[in-house]
Amino acid sequence: MGKPTGFMEFDLKDRDYGPVIERVQHYNEFVIPLPPDELIKQSARCMDCGIPYCHQGCPVDNIIPDWNDLVYRSEFKKAAEVLHSTNNFPEFTGRICPAPCEEACTLNIDDNPVAIKTIECSIIDRAWDEDWVKPEINLNKTRKSIAVIGSGPAGMACAQQLARAGHTVKLYEKNKKIGGLLRYGIPDFKMEKHLIDRRVEQMTAEGVTMKTGINVGVAVKVNELMKGFDAVVLTGGAETPRELSVPGRNSDGIELAMDFLSQQNRRVSYEEINCTKEILANDKDVIVIGGGDTGSDCVGTSFRHGAKSVTQLEILSKPPEKVEKGLTWPNWPMKLRTSSSHEEGAIRDWSVTTKKFEVEDGKVVSLIIKRVDWAQNNNGSVDLIEVEGTEERLPTDLVLLAMGFVHPTHQGMVADLGVVLDDRGNVKANTIEYQTSMPGVFCAGDMRRGQSLVVWAIREGRQCAHAVDKFLMGRSNLPR
Amino acid sequence: MFVSGLPEKQGLYDPANEHDNCGIGFVANIKNHKSHEIVRQGLTVLENLTHRGAAGADPLTGDGAGILIQLPHRFFQEECQILGIKLPKEENYGVGIIFLPQEESARSACENAVVDLVKKEGQRFLGWRDLPTDNSVLSKAVRDIEPYIRQAFIGRGKACLDTDAFERKLFVIRKQAHKLVREKELSGEESFYIPTLSARTICFKGMMLAARVASYFKDLTDERVESALALVHQRFSTNTFPSWELSQPLRFLCHNGEINTLRGNINWMAARRHSMKSEFLGNDLQKLWPLIADGNSDSATFDNALELLLAGGYSLAHAMMLMIPEAWNDNPLMDKERRAFYEYHAALMEPWDGPAAVAFTNGRQIGATLDRNGLRPARYVVTVDGLVVMGSEVGVLDIPDDKIVQKWRLQPGKMFLIDLEEGRIIDDLELKTELAKAHPYQTWLNQTQIIIEDLATVAEPIAPNHQTILDRQQAFGYTQEDIKFFLLPMATSGQDPVGSMGRDIPHAVLSDRPKLLYDYFKQSFAQVTNPPIDPIREELVMSLVSLIGPRPNLLGLDSGGNHMRLEVRQPILSNSDLEKIRHIQDGAESFKSTTLDICYPTSDGADGMKSKIENLCQEAKTSVLNGYNILILSDRSINEENVAIPALLATSAVHHHLIREGLRTDTGLVIETGEARQVHDFCLLAGYGAEAINPYLAFDTITEFANQLPERSSVSELNANYIKALDKGILKVMSKMGISTYQSYCGAQIFDAIGLSSEFVEKYFTKTASAIEGVGLREIAGEMIERHGRAYGDDHVLRDDLDVGGELAYRIRGEEHMWTPETISRLQHSARMNSREIYDEYSAEMNDQSRKLKNLRGLFKFKFDDHQIPIEEVEPASEIVKRFVTGAMSFGSISFEAHTNLAIAMNRIGGKSNTGEGGEQAERYKTLANGDTMRSAIKQVASGRFGVTTEYLRNADEIQIKMAQGAKPGEGGQLPGHKVDNIIAEVRYSTPGVGLISPPPHHDIYSIEDLAQLIHDLKNVNPNARISVKLVSIVGVGTIAAGVSKAHADHVLISGAEGGTGASPITSILHAGAPWEIGLAETHQTLVINKLRGRICVQTDGGIRTGRDVAIAAMLGADEYGIATASLIASGCIMMRKCHLNTCPVGIATQDPDLRKKFKGQPEHVINYMFFVAEEVREIMAELGFPSINKMIGRSDKLEMTKAIEHWKAKGIDLSRLLYKPDMGPNVAIYNSEKQDHGLKNALDNILIKKANPALEKGRPVKIEMSFQNINRTVGAMLSGEVAERYGHAGLPDDTIFIKGKGSGGQSFGAFLSKGITIELEGDTNDYVGKGLSGGHLIVYPPKETPIKAEDNIVIGNVALYGATAGECYFRGVAGERFAVRNSGAIAVVEGVGDHCCEYMTGGVVVVLGATGRNFAAGMSGGIAYVLDEKEDFDVRCNLAMVELENISDEGNLKQKADGESLGLYDLMYDMNEHDQSRLKILIEYHMHFTDSSRARHILENWDNFLPKFIKVMPVDFRRALLEMREPVKDDQELIDGTVAGE
Repeated sequence: MGKPTGFMEFDLKDRDYGPVIERVQHYNEFVIPLPPDELIKQSARCMDCGIPYCHQGCPVDNIIPDWNDLVYRSEFKKAAEVLHSTNNFPEFTGRICPAPCEEACTLNIDDNPVAIKTIECSIIDRAWDEDWVKPEINLNKTRKSIAVIGSGPAGMACAQQLARAGHTVKLYEKNKKIGGLLRYGIPDFKMEKHLIDRRVEQMTAEGVTMKTGINVGVAVKVNELMKGFDAVVLTGGAETPRELSVPGRNSDGIELAMDFLSQQNRRVSYEEINCTKEILANDKDVIVIGGGDTGSDCVGTSFRHGAKSVTQLEILSKPPEKVEKGLTWPNWPMKLRTSSSHEEGAIRDWSVTTKKFEVEDGKVVSLIIKRVDWAQNNNGSVDLIEVEGTEERLPTDLVLLAMGFVHPTHQGMVADLGVVLDDRGNVKANTIEYQTSMPGVFCAGDMRRGQSLVVWAIREGRQCAHAVDKFLMGRSNLPR
Repeated sequence: MFVSGLPEKQGLYDPANEHDNCGIGFVANIKNHKSHEIVRQGLTVLENLTHRGAAGADPLTGDGAGILIQLPHRFFQEECQILGIKLPKEENYGVGIIFLPQEESARSACENAVVDLVKKEGQRFLGWRDLPTDNSVLSKAVRDIEPYIRQAFIGRGKACLDTDAFERKLFVIRKQAHKLVREKELSGEESFYIPTLSARTICFKGMMLAARVASYFKDLTDERVESALALVHQRFSTNTFPSWELSQPLRFLCHNGEINTLRGNINWMAARRHSMKSEFLGNDLQKLWPLIADGNSDSATFDNALELLLAGGYSLAHAMMLMIPEAWNDNPLMDKERRAFYEYHAALMEPWDGPAAVAFTNGRQIGATLDRNGLRPARYVVTVDGLVVMGSEVGVLDIPDDKIVQKWRLQPGKMFLIDLEEGRIIDDLELKTELAKAHPYQTWLNQTQIIIEDLATVAEPIAPNHQTILDRQQAFGYTQEDIKFFLLPMATSGQDPVGSMGRDIPHAVLSDRPKLLYDYFKQSFAQVTNPPIDPIREELVMSLVSLIGPRPNLLGLDSGGNHMRLEVRQPILSNSDLEKIRHIQDGAESFKSTTLDICYPTSDGADGMKSKIENLCQEAKTSVLNGYNILILSDRSINEENVAIPALLATSAVHHHLIREGLRTDTGLVIETGEARQVHDFCLLAGYGAEAINPYLAFDTITEFANQLPERSSVSELNANYIKALDKGILKVMSKMGISTYQSYCGAQIFDAIGLSSEFVEKYFTKTASAIEGVGLREIAGEMIERHGRAYGDDHVLRDDLDVGGELAYRIRGEEHMWTPETISRLQHSARMNSREIYDEYSAEMNDQSRKLKNLRGLFKFKFDDHQIPIEEVEPASEIVKRFVTGAMSFGSISFEAHTNLAIAMNRIGGKSNTGEGGEQAERYKTLANGDTMRSAIKQVASGRFGVTTEYLRNADEIQIKMAQGAKPGEGGQLPGHKVDNIIAEVRYSTPGVGLISPPPHHDIYSIEDLAQLIHDLKNVNPNARISVKLVSIVGVGTIAAGVSKAHADHVLISGAEGGTGASPITSILHAGAPWEIGLAETHQTLVINKLRGRICVQTDGGIRTGRDVAIAAMLGADEYGIATASLIASGCIMMRKCHLNTCPVGIATQDPDLRKKFKGQPEHVINYMFFVAEEVREIMAELGFPSINKMIGRSDKLEMTKAIEHWKAKGIDLSRLLYKPDMGPNVAIYNSEKQDHGLKNALDNILIKKANPALEKGRPVKIEMSFQNINRTVGAMLSGEVAERYGHAGLPDDTIFIKGKGSGGQSFGAFLSKGITIELEGDTNDYVGKGLSGGHLIVYPPKETPIKAEDNIVIGNVALYGATAGECYFRGVAGERFAVRNSGAIAVVEGVGDHCCEYMTGGVVVVLGATGRNFAAGMSGGIAYVLDEKEDFDVRCNLAMVELENISDEGNLKQKADGESLGLYDLMYDMNEHDQSRLKILIEYHMHFTDSSRARHILENWDNFLPKFIKVMPVDFRRALLEMREPVKDDQELIDGTVAGE
């Protein structure tokens, strides 16, 4: 621990954002890194707890107190090594992770956690700047070959780990570039895409072959593909969106969030948009349905398009701004979270359900919402009750549906393989072996666990790599 | 094996664990005038020591007593004439007292064996005499095993030229007789025992109360039985099983003490077998083996060894000095020749280390000696008629005062001897000077001694490259924690690191991770029967000197100066030192060293280790036979192809092999290992025979880190610091067991094994206790191989890093913990929401160990059968919670908020909270407006006695004597000055800003009879409180608990070693003591077998977290349950493990006002949790069919071990000994159902209270006259309790109750005397005068008619004013050792003191008008002392670590108190930085006034001459704190009021 009394001496100070007025003018990141002396103070706040609750909070098992201490002692290189020992891509999580570690931080009992995510990000950014991040090439090849299908964070982590274990790995991606939702879902203003490119470069050097533009299950029959490999890992994500089945849904101006976001990301990186119509929010009254992170990304993107207004609706009730920490900490609490995109001027409303879209000329003009209540029933769960007489009309030009994803795409690869699915329609596999009902076929990430965070995807990719390695070799030295 | 009723080893009970302590004494006529009077007086002494012994379950069954006298020649002549035996002249025949079987044929077989041997050895057998005895004085149980006792008369054979030779022959006969009878396995052979067989002495002893010795042995009352000496002994043993032969006196001595290093001493004696030769014994030497019978008491073993030395030609005094040497190294006051004597003899034999008062005689000389630290009392009186009376207490024989010419005490390490033939007393100085001059010891040393540190440096290996170091670190299991918590802090600070909270990780045998062999051993420690030592404050008795290499012939009296010796000043060798040894033959021809490789090919796998060890042992043997006298066991050759045997295993295997071969003393054993790194590792290597150790990898590691440290230090500095830290740590571990020298620690095996199979232990760690079985060589080797494989393999995590460890702090990829983010958050959420549902999730997580084993109880399963009852029939939770207590946590270690929260919660539900060590504010005794109370029901009395006043004790439902603490048994503590704020200083009766030290031992408990005394003291102060004794679980704790029960404790707590702590060396947190399951089960079994269970309540704690834990504790035998850490967690603790840093972020373990505000706990949270636990217990009870807890206690038959243990290590565990249920029949209680008899009815205080009634009820002054005897113990305490009950700590006005007495005050005279009581005694007193003095006044002076000079004679015993908080004392005469130890406010004047005066003192004033002993003011952080230094050597006698010496200043006069009248009462405590002259003079005037001291008068009459000779002892911290307090200046009135707080 750097400084036993650091937490008593220094207050939390996190990264600032560039001013709204400027940042909505571009698609670049706008987070202002902490100056080095402030960073050291922030790292000194870590108490090196006897039980680091941040461990429990962090899905990739980041060894947080250790690298906080290293930063305090300005040993960034060693800090980067420790960071990489649990996380393949800390520059991703350092930007877009909601940081459950900070919720679990002991100092968060007083709403004042260590700026863990900021410290993480600064370590890895520094490491790249100093050119400390090198390919870790394993010269002892195993002669085993593995196909990893889907190049989101789970697939990338899995492929990288397997290559480092000496296996021959091919990473398949249906899109033009590697990254999955990292690249096509998350707006550049939250994470710029060159960060992915340099990782791809590193992985290529480590021996991962990138097979982009190949939609397995469509372009290549999966059964065919399997013949060439000793193991196959499915990391195709959970791409089937949750739908809103109300009258008027099929009108113009009602779009899926992911279509909207991926178009914009392609636009930013000068990739061909490759679809029939452009979805743009400029000068429009935009309504985003769904109060989660994707919705928030739609909000930010809409502002950058130059939307007139952006309203975000959520069916659940408004969470409290403050929670009773004694009853929640160190768990992830339901509380009001305001993103940088919300701060850019969004109107947010809760406890509303969409009854129907009103359409003129095949184009949406407004939607009718109704207030709902949530009531505890006798079974211990809660029921949704619509409150009579609370209908309202919201005029709109563009509605973006961001209500999450229900399960992976079944059609094609999953269906062709015939692997067993779980109750929710995800591919069934446990978190020890990660093996599907088909021997030699593994599954990790959202495709296995359903929609989730990038950090969970990385965790599963790593653990799955361990399982595959063990499956192939009888034992594995890869860390889980 | 014995004439005893000791039960067989059963369950966890093992008779080998028995301890005894006692009272000893002798009477002798210096001129060797034999008379029956001496015998009679001896018996009187014995009777007056009765209270130092004990009785068992049956009050008639004493623990044994006896008397040893010279052979009564006239008596035997006349008696033998009647029997037709013709006795030769005096000294030409020997008499044996022989215990024989009652059964006739067995008896005659034994008799024939004796007679045959006598003839075979060339002596004449003269005949038998039946000893007349009266067994009506014995209890039934003892009568059952009463031996048939006969006397054998043996005439000196012609071959024996003199009596000395004849005595040797009788010794040889006796030894062989024992062996022969044992080997023949005659029926009744266990009865056969020869107490004495000598031409000079005879011993009468047996299993009876002291007062019955004379009635049983009728000879003793025969007027014709005459002797010039009588040596007597009253035993207090921890068991209740009668054992005739363990009674004392033994053949040459009686011993009050304990040999802590016994196992090592026995091993070393056995190791000498082949190297020992004696010109006196010649071939007879071989007939003496086995010299020491297994299972003897430590005293008997000591006697055996002494006997050998005497037979081998040593004089009595010489032999005693060899076995119990004074602390000689670094003693500037010891003359050079004596020092050389001791240094020379150090190579001959390791000390028999431990507290000891030994009285010894060979019939011609009689004497006594004390251990180096003076841990047992011994007082003596010499009369004008040449009578000497020595005893554990003074006043044991009524002698007219006008006859006494000297009253003195034995001092630490000193001896005194009466030579009856010369007819004079030889004092220590003369005796030892003569022996020291007998040979040119210094010259011999100069010729033969080589000190390694002083040898020229040789080239040392350079540190290897990073990869090699990393691989080795990994192969030896280094973790990141080793670096972070151990090596770096040690190398930078030179301290053994400190941590907090308890151990909650699995035992090595349960862990999934490969563990080091060290982790399977637990350090043992001293509790009750012997005291631990403070290695810092009492450094003068400690020594780390180690002698490497062959030891000289112990009996080679004429070979002095021929034997080369190799010495290291401390046992950790630098790389350079090791190279010196490796090349020793180049410089010193007498030495030849060789390095034995302890690595073997990795390809041989785990199975290869066994044969490698065998080869290694053979190799060691061959090397020794080939003349190599230093063996270096080395694992330096470890690499990918070669795996190392664990260094500890290699060391112990070779050590024991060489012992068995009788070759061990022919060679030294040095270990070169990469494995050892923590203090515990080195202690184990030492404990199993390593004379010196080189941890090369630790040095390499430090070297690598050297340039990364923020403060640049040189590698050699860092390494030196690391060695220093190890040394300190080793000293601490040694001192925990009360061992003071490395030489006796080496090979002493002060460890218990947990999780090792007994086969493995017996083979490689012979005679180490192992309670639960476990892994063997296969698994141990497997762990080594696994680590090795990972180290040299391609493990990604280990590629450039060490394993995380995760033992000290929870870590991903680290060790399993009980307390995890999940368990803690669930417990807290459940307690805060009162949600049983979430609690169930918590307890399920805690209890379920199906996937990961975490503790022993995880291996238990309830035997549910069809006896379940409806839950409504089970006693309600509200009853069960009354059996719950929270742990002892001091106000000081935790915040006021946290402390009172627990108290309020426990008071609401009828459980108990515990003050911990550190007092309690008096406000907390009042009930709050809402009916709550913050008063802790349990008041702890710990070694520091902080805040232990009469009022405090009076406000207790239970008084707990803390003998040890689970997280740091055998250790003291320290509260740094910055943590002592105003409130803490107030409750601890100390000064804000001044650090406080808790000594490792209670200075009034060095033995079990001392504990009995303290229990008696506390019960007197508060007869309504239960007196509890807190012990820590370890193998053998059961017998201690039995002793505690016999010492009349109402309650005993068996604390698991895994309990929490606010601060403790990590070494102790992890490695000292055993889990509660083992200690509790042993305690319960032993108490039941002893029939003592019913009268004592048994509590356990140390990691109880759920209802299942409680149920198992009950079934293993606990009546009550302590839940400490979990109740803190319910209050908000999150296991930061930062308690020692004062930075607790949840306001618990901190005094920081800002952090304290963060405390969020509520009493309801604790209550909710307690009820959840109780409800969970109820559910288990219902299923098991127990309607009440009482019905469940001790029902271990309803538990079984989980059958399906597949764990590769845990499957070897066998818990059946824990589950053993002794079958004692229905009449023997198995839970607490009776009360102890404290014998308070006979207390003198009952009379005092009656007489003081007007004062108590109306505050009217009373005067009482009384006479006292040594058997009147704890005078004044019960009366003081009555005063405190009515008047609190403020008490009554001075002298309201004035007691004038005459005689010898018993132990604890004036203990806890309340303000308003004065006792003036004309006479003298024993130990513990004014213990816990709470404002009363004590005046002691010698009787007017005595001719002795008061200032040259002793007037009060040892350890006066221990823990005194206020009051005044005037003692005309000299006091014993440790005067005013831990005094925090009393004022005392005395005319001379022994060693360690004012130790740990924190307040008050002490004036010494005469000589002092050594180590004055050790650990003294407050208060002041004035010493008259006439010899001008006080600076050498004073420990200057914390104090400075000043001349007496004369600025300003003290203010007179407002109510000062005729005498002029002054405010003596006012600003102790100044007014010294005035204060000193006033105190001496008071002293003269109260005691009529001629010394004081002389000084005052010559004041100007004496004043410059006075020295003021001023603690540095104290002065600083006083100066800080001076600002801002207050007005006079305020100052006078303010200082009253000190009283």
